[in-house]
Amino acid sequence: MAYIDNILFALLFAAGIYWFAQSLGKLRRNILLGRDLDLTDNKPMRWRTMIRVALGQSKMVTRPTAAIMHIFVYVGFIIINIELLEIVIDGIFGTHRVLSFLGPLYTFLIATFEVLALLVLIGCVVFLVRRNIIKLKRFVSKDLDGWPRSDANYILITEILLMSAFLFMNAADRQLQVMGYSHYHEMSSAAFPISQWLIPIYGDASPEALIMVERFCWWFHIAGILAFMNYLPYSKHLHILFAFPNTFYSNLKAKGGFSNPENVQNEVKAMMDPSFTPPAPPEGQIQRFGAKDVTDLSWKQLMDAYTCTECGRCTSACPANNTGKLLSPRKIMMATRDRLEEVGANIDSNKGSFVEDGKPLLGTYITPEELWACTSCNACVQECPVNIDPLSIIIDLRRYMVMEESAAPAELNMMLTNLENNGAPWQFSPSDRLNWANEE
Amino acid sequence: MSNQAIHVPTMAEFAARGEMPEILFWVGCAGSFDDRAKKITKAIVRILNHVGVQFAVLGTEETCTGDPAKRAGHEFLFQMQASTNIQVLNGYGVKKIVTGCPHCYNTLKNEYPELGGDYEVIHHTQLVQQLLDAGKLTVQGGAFKGKKITYHDPCYLGRANDVYEAPREVIQKLDVELAEMKRSRANGFCCGAGGAQMFKEAEKGDKEVNVERSEEALALKPDVIAVGCPFCMTMMTDGVKHFNQEDTTKVMDVAELIAQANDL
Ligand code: SF4
Ligand code: SF4
Repeated sequence: MAYIDNILFALLFAAGIYWFAQSLGKLRRNILLGRDLDLTDNKPMRWRTMIRVALGQSKMVTRPTAAIMHIFVYVGFIIINIELLEIVIDGIFGTHRVLSFLGPLYTFLIATFEVLALLVLIGCVVFLVRRNIIKLKRFVSKDLDGWPRSDANYILITEILLMSAFLFMNAADRQLQVMGYSHYHEMSSAAFPISQWLIPIYGDASPEALIMVERFCWWFHIAGILAFMNYLPYSKHLHILFAFPNTFYSNLKAKGGFSNPENVQNEVKAMMDPSFTPPAPPEGQIQRFGAKDVTDLSWKQLMDAYTCTECGRCTSACPANNTGKLLSPRKIMMATRDRLEEVGANIDSNKGSFVEDGKPLLGTYITPEELWACTSCNACVQECPVNIDPLSIIIDLRRYMVMEESAAPAELNMMLTNLENNGAPWQFSPSDRLNWANEE
Repeated sequence: MSNQAIHVPTMAEFAARGEMPEILFWVGCAGSFDDRAKKITKAIVRILNHVGVQFAVLGTEETCTGDPAKRAGHEFLFQMQASTNIQVLNGYGVKKIVTGCPHCYNTLKNEYPELGGDYEVIHHTQLVQQLLDAGKLTVQGGAFKGKKITYHDPCYLGRANDVYEAPREVIQKLDVELAEMKRSRANGFCCGAGGAQMFKEAEKGDKEVNVERSEEALALKPDVIAVGCPFCMTMMTDGVKHFNQEDTTKVMDVAELIAQANDL
């Protein structure tokens, strides 16, 4: 019976890790449904970009309040998770604060964790206020109606609960230490700069009650973290992991340069040189110009979708959205993720292969009206704190509409016809192209 | 602006003499056909003539870079245009290109290399800056001295290619007060023409993009809104007219500012 806690813990921990690994595997599978794209060049630059943008949060600074609060939560959360190491050892071996032999260093670590926990708490409260009381425009947008809005709040509340549990646990622990209770060996009071203020709340609680509180908080903390981890794949909070690979695989070229799809290059080559036969598309891939569904997008565009934090910075800078058009680049990313999840679920429930469901990304999730509102200004790309490129998806969907469905707006068709016939988007004769040089 | 005759040599003329100009001036469709943009083209030529830069245009051999087709999603048409142009450019052995339009600039610079067209491409504001820096061009007189000018970043020069300073440095040489809009440089707000919007009605909304942007510019009460793109020119001019401010605020290209200040 003595080991029941340890066994329970080990089981819980193993299950949490296993389930999470399963989810990650599925995310990976879904991302690889996208088309090939080679982004392995210039590794040093990629590392630098990742360190600057993901680790260094360089693109957050444009909005100082959010940047500071986010740094609290981000640094706090990462560093406090170092504590996880101790929790796991203690949990499995039934020890208590196994790392406390580190002495002053341990005191310093715990004290740091406490201060950070407080900062995380403050950050989360400020974020909740911004979302629910001040109601910043980008958070009340209809993009977030339903689940996404709850998702954001759940995360913040969970983080607040986790941090509170951590602090209350330390407070109870400290009180037990002061009482000199069994294995709660005395530590320096300097380890508890924040939780010491919570001790009075316990009044003259008995050691048994304190142990109950301490144990409850301990279990709540670790179970909470495991649950949180497994919640990530269903949440916009996945960005805490995906921000790293996603910035690593950033577009390193000038933002204005769009891709020159290879299948079109091949067609053009074949047209110019009849002896050239375009290579067949890879097994199982449909040869399409542009994108109709998520599987026509590149794996990087799909990774972008999973990385999106739903922060809405892109949309708040978008000229189309700012002038009342339907387009919202954030919604483009959310729709791509939703559809990808749907395709993944379809594959899962059909023994590993996709069964046509008639709900492609284009038309079902994203309408032509949205796509035709884009000015390709790159403001969304510039703004995104995790280097997502909503514009490239918009253009790929346009490509499908225009090249596969000939469904451009009438005026654009006119422009395209002019371009084809006269080499200019207007109806002028190419032979008049130099007339300006001789006009008054 | 003076009506001094301009001299516009073509690539074919150079080639016939077995010569090669220093730089090819890529005029672009707007610069060739749009009445307002043609004035910008001529201002650029006047500067080049004045400095004595050896340049040439393709003239009737030039054809659209394909930018509007590409942004509209017609990749075929774009690549057909590109391969036609690349054939001509490579045929002449062109090495260096200056464009009068950020869209041409972007396309030639970033999208042609993969298709076989590798050139050194600069925008005309960069060329003017280089000429000023090298002392080949000096700004005389001061038609704009003390005037308030705000600069609107074209998306395809700014964010798309990170060129923010060249046009500003050129403007500052005019001894003017350069006033920045709240949304400028990387945060610049589009004029509304990009992505082939120039050629279609805007989608349903509650405001035109160019009206929003012009409002922001006009709030500074500038004497001039400076632009570096023929499409921004159209959009901002319309926006200023929308607010009936065309008598107090002019919309001018950076090249026109320099040409006018120098009485070219
Ligand atoms: S590129 Fe398109 S979607 Fe992105 S901000 Fe500009 S108009 Fe909006
Ligand atoms: S695409 Fe980037 S900027 Fe837009 S909501 Fe997602 S994370 Fe935020």
